[in-house]
Amino acid sequence: MTSSMPGFAPDSEPHSVSSIMRQVLYALVPGIALYVWFFGFGIVINCLLATSVALVSEGIMLRLRKRPVTPFLTDGSAVVTAVLLALAMPPYAPWWVTSIAAIFAIVIAKHLYGGLGYNPFNPAMAGYALVLISFPAEMTTWPLPHMLSEMRPGFIDSAMIIFADQPTGALKLDALTGATPLAHVKSELGNMRMVSEAVGAPIFGMLGGKGWEWLSLGYLLGGVWLLYKKIIKWQIPVSMLAGLFIMAVVFYLSDPEIYLSPVFHLFSGATMLGAFFIATDPVTAATTPLGRIIFGAGIGILTYVIRAWAAYPDGLAFAVLLMNAAAPTIDHYTQPRILGEGRQ
Amino acid sequence: MSQTLWQFHGGLKLPGHKALSNREPSIPAAIPERLFLPLQQHIGIASRPTVKIGEKVLKGQLIASAEGYVSVPVHASTSGTVIDIGDYPVAHPSDVDARCIVIEPDGDDVWVERRVPAQCDLLGPKAVNDMIRDAGIVGLGGAGFPSHVKVNEGVENVVDTLIINGAECEPYITCDDRLIRERADEVIAGASLISRTVQAKRCIVAVEDDMRDAYAALEKVLIGDIELAKVPAIYPAGGEKQLIFTLTGKEVPCGRLPIHIGIVMHNVATAAAVYRVVHYGEPLVSRYVTVTGSVVSPRNMQVLLGTPVGDLVDQCGRPDGPPKKVIMGGPMMGIPVQDERVPVIKTTNCILVTDALERGPQMPCIRCGDCVDVCPVNLLPQQLYWYARAQDFDTAQDLHLFDCIDCGCCAQVCPSNIPLVQYFFFAKSEIAAEEEARGSADRARGAYESRTARLAKDEAERARHLQQGDIGESRAKNDRGQKKAYIQAAIERTKAKRATAREREGSPKDNATVGPDRKSTPESNE
Repeated sequence: MTSSMPGFAPDSEPHSVSSIMRQVLYALVPGIALYVWFFGFGIVINCLLATSVALVSEGIMLRLRKRPVTPFLTDGSAVVTAVLLALAMPPYAPWWVTSIAAIFAIVIAKHLYGGLGYNPFNPAMAGYALVLISFPAEMTTWPLPHMLSEMRPGFIDSAMIIFADQPTGALKLDALTGATPLAHVKSELGNMRMVSEAVGAPIFGMLGGKGWEWLSLGYLLGGVWLLYKKIIKWQIPVSMLAGLFIMAVVFYLSDPEIYLSPVFHLFSGATMLGAFFIATDPVTAATTPLGRIIFGAGIGILTYVIRAWAAYPDGLAFAVLLMNAAAPTIDHYTQPRILGEGRQ
Repeated sequence: MSQTLWQFHGGLKLPGHKALSNREPSIPAAIPERLFLPLQQHIGIASRPTVKIGEKVLKGQLIASAEGYVSVPVHASTSGTVIDIGDYPVAHPSDVDARCIVIEPDGDDVWVERRVPAQCDLLGPKAVNDMIRDAGIVGLGGAGFPSHVKVNEGVENVVDTLIINGAECEPYITCDDRLIRERADEVIAGASLISRTVQAKRCIVAVEDDMRDAYAALEKVLIGDIELAKVPAIYPAGGEKQLIFTLTGKEVPCGRLPIHIGIVMHNVATAAAVYRVVHYGEPLVSRYVTVTGSVVSPRNMQVLLGTPVGDLVDQCGRPDGPPKKVIMGGPMMGIPVQDERVPVIKTTNCILVTDALERGPQMPCIRCGDCVDVCPVNLLPQQLYWYARAQDFDTAQDLHLFDCIDCGCCAQVCPSNIPLVQYFFFAKSEIAAEEEARGSADRARGAYESRTARLAKDEAERARHLQQGDIGESRAKNDRGQKKAYIQAAIERTKAKRATAREREGSPKDNATVGPDRKSTPESNE
């Protein structure tokens, strides 16, 4: 542009949209590595599948919307959406479920609202919520950690399960899968058992479920790195974890036989992934400093409410989507006081 | 001297690049072949030529007189002949021509007779103020607001603190630094003179903490109870409201002026210029300009107003290779110069020659909020951008669009390379144009009735506001009234800036060139 104000080229490399997305992906590496270690290669195949579908969808939509394809296809946002979606889904979900979720995330939740920067709802969570509601059976088949199933499916086996709905040879899908810790507790409580009885099952570890607790630690590690690199800001993760934790403390103290421990809540399900990678999606989050705290706390509280009293064992996706809808209102009422405002 | 300092929100620690140009003493720039002196080098109403083409003029001779209260005269920067009064390129964000008086210097640089009052140390406020106005002095820090208006406000109100601003915060610029080092006595004497004129209880001369030599020079010549202060070098530490907050912890209320909290601020170069006119009878005909960036020998020069920037680039050694971008001002707030005939004016502090300022392609805003963290006014630039882009100007104003100081911190940190300040400039211009259109419709409707009466009243009201600087003067305690008046004042400023643009183009809107260039952005088909 000819009449542009000059920008100032800083000496250090500034953030760009693609560098932000790239670093988010780097931060997911510890979590994904632990995922593979405990649950086999399904997650890798799912990530690759979701990414391919997302990129093809993105390319088609950019073309249809007459947008420049290269800068937007390479900005990394579709890849981040796809990988987060894959991490939220069961790793052995059939290929068509993952594909539908990815297509919905990119085409409906992202591009029909205007593409990068304009989508009000977190695309990954929108895609996840669609398939969770539509295909409950496929979406609740979760793997057991390798210590419990005594098997760790390799790449080929995982691919067979995902694409042909059955493992090879001697492997039996039933032997590989089981309830997640959150789902197990929910069903046990439904069967009039106590929390103390439910958590005696072999799937439970020190902090949360066996295996799952390590994934949570992996995501936590990546999240702390993102904070350190100033890719995300502290308000949303801290307030979300605090919201969930405080709710859990209050009800746990009121009756530890009906309500799970706060630590278990923090290290189970999608808590850590959600706090550092999903709720922090800037496009769909509240954007004022105070607004981010309210937004994060809302997700934490709603997640707890859904986990404790609603039909779904984990409620993070719905909590995120609900707070996405509230974000513009939160922003409106949390404008910071500007220099000189309210002074006489 | 230990002082309590306050820290304003946001800001950026930027690489200063000051050493590039502040090591060499300043030298006078050569007298150019032609001087282009715009009639508008200040905020307010353009001045009116008092010379004719062909007339011989002397250095310091009045060539254009002030038109109204918020206006200042222009003087010939050297002796020579007026060869044209017409439209020539000037530095302007919209890249338009403006009315200039063109002088062909005779090379003798002969001064007009300079009158120095007999007892210049005993002059009353009125006399000092008149001298400042007649010398054409405006805020030399970059804003260009007529100095006599500010001094007059100070005379008419109780002044708690006079701040002389030497916090030169924008990277690359060192003209105030060099001026202080070379003329510390003039700065201090000017400060003392203004302080006495406005009856300030305190007078603080502030520099950034990385301007050690300037601080030392000031310390040496300090007189009376003038205080020195070092403020942290965080951009924009030298912004008026930021510096006031840093030094006093006081916030200038939104929509009001520093005088409302008993503060008057002038730039160090302005203080020196005030001293020069009172003690030597010299009107403002030259100023310190930093010529820096990739020129062969970056330095500061004492430049005659009206000197084309290309001459300065040549004198400091034009860099080899393909032509580089020339920016008038600094890297954060400067304006790219498209034509090297563009002259140095009263507010020109720097000529930056560079090609290192290019940013990557513009991407959509992802609302990351980095801009919020650095905004020194604590605005929400991402929200302002959203509404400015959607042309929802009412909401943009609710988000304090007119409190934006154009510092550019937001654009600097934007990962999507969005030229945010340009969008804000566009929104402000659009609002000004709307107000203007509404104004003329009103006038047409009222033509049968009390047209003249109302106009006169409006004008008087406006003049009173500007004169007293008391924008919310109606004593309207309610916010709406104050806000409206404040916006009106901001619009007046924008209008004044646009006046030059309109004059030439003859079209009521010049926003096509002002607005962000959508064709070059990936979101062009939105």
